[in-house]
Amino acid sequence: MNDALDVALRLLAVFAVFLVLPLVIGQTEHKVMAHMQGRLGPMYAGGFHGWAQLVADGVKFAQKEDVVPAAADRRVFQLAPAVALLPYLLVLVAIPIGPSEGAVGIIVDAGIFFVLAVMGVGVLGSLMAGWASANKFSLLGALRTAAQLLAYELPMLLAAASVAMAAGTVSLPGILNAFEWWWLPWQIVGALVFFVAGLAELQRPPFDMPVADSEIIFGAYTEYTGLRFALFLLAEYAGIVVLCGLTTVLFLGGWHGPFGADGLGWLWTLLKTAVLAFIVIWLRVTYPRLREDQLQRLAWTTLVPLALAQIALTGVVKVVMQS
Amino acid sequence: MRKLPESTVLAADYFQSYSVVGLLALVGVLFVAVAFGAGRLLRPVVPTPEKLLTYECGVDPVGEGWAHTQVRYYVYAFLYVIFAVDSIFLFPWATVFAEAGYGATTLVEMFIFLGFLAVGILYAWKKGVLTWT
Repeated sequence: MNDALDVALRLLAVFAVFLVLPLVIGQTEHKVMAHMQGRLGPMYAGGFHGWAQLVADGVKFAQKEDVVPAAADRRVFQLAPAVALLPYLLVLVAIPIGPSEGAVGIIVDAGIFFVLAVMGVGVLGSLMAGWASANKFSLLGALRTAAQLLAYELPMLLAAASVAMAAGTVSLPGILNAFEWWWLPWQIVGALVFFVAGLAELQRPPFDMPVADSEIIFGAYTEYTGLRFALFLLAEYAGIVVLCGLTTVLFLGGWHGPFGADGLGWLWTLLKTAVLAFIVIWLRVTYPRLREDQLQRLAWTTLVPLALAQIALTGVVKVVMQS
Repeated sequence: MRKLPESTVLAADYFQSYSVVGLLALVGVLFVAVAFGAGRLLRPVVPTPEKLLTYECGVDPVGEGWAHTQVRYYVYAFLYVIFAVDSIFLFPWATVFAEAGYGATTLVEMFIFLGFLAVGILYAWKKGVLTWT
């Protein structure tokens, strides 16, 4: 019975993180972007600096009419947001935030493998949405999404494989247990490749060609309204949480820190994740959108070779150290 | 209790961790179902023919939504399938390659493997596949 309670609590915690952290990042994005652009951002909802803006948005979304175009493939159209959102929930369960067994949803042996495989499912949601909408803009957007995932999944896999080589395991807690501070400079190229490729998979600016509003309205999500549209947005922000968390765990040493790693390890994880999330927002404000062919070229001619070089470096250093 | 062989114990652990993942998937499905159900109760339903029209910048849609478009991405899809299948094999290899007794041999193997990948990309590059036509 105790086991059942333990599992229930873990699931509840993961689910709470899944609902709260994306909203925190969304609200931060509102405020940070505003201040970077010399605006104030939301100021009214909730009273104090508009802290409840996203709650208000959620209430508004829930009251909106749910329009399914007459020409659309109804069932697939309605199911797509769920397919886009749920993979990120599943990935969160495997990310450790602290050194103890209580600080991870569940230890999955094949950690990296599981995480990358499940994250790849999310793109099906966008493809389903774009195809089922029976809208030319949506179809174009969906195809761009798929092409982008194809291009950037490979450097991401290779960069992650480099960490697995360094640690000699694919389990996420195992990687953190093996972590040493000098992995940071050793794996820095892999870290950059992983983070950039992750940004592209989430279709965040400057890689937001699939939803480029000035040419294809909102890509695959053009026909969506109300709650279903809100779920797509939630998926994007949950994706940011997952990407930043994973980068922290794989490359930045997760709960390791200069001090207090035993008791306050989870604080280090959260801090590093938050800093990365801030960078995600910062990049959105800073860079213009890449063109579609530039997007593909960056992946194939820059990131993939860099990731291969990182694997070579990791392999040589590891074998030299071992002998 | 009878002592189980080690492999059985390992297998039990394996299923235990993935059953938790399965439970979480169930929680997620419930969440979406509840959200959609509640949405159905909360929102207005006032469909009009204009509202249900496909959106095409405000003018009447021309032709079908599933129109023929030129798809330039299939080459990338081919490239991806080839390389991704290759790189999956990196993961099991990565966990053992530095163990005692492998050492230099696996390292040479790795460079052969990377060489194949690099030649593949160079070939695609040379063929002009990676530049927009």
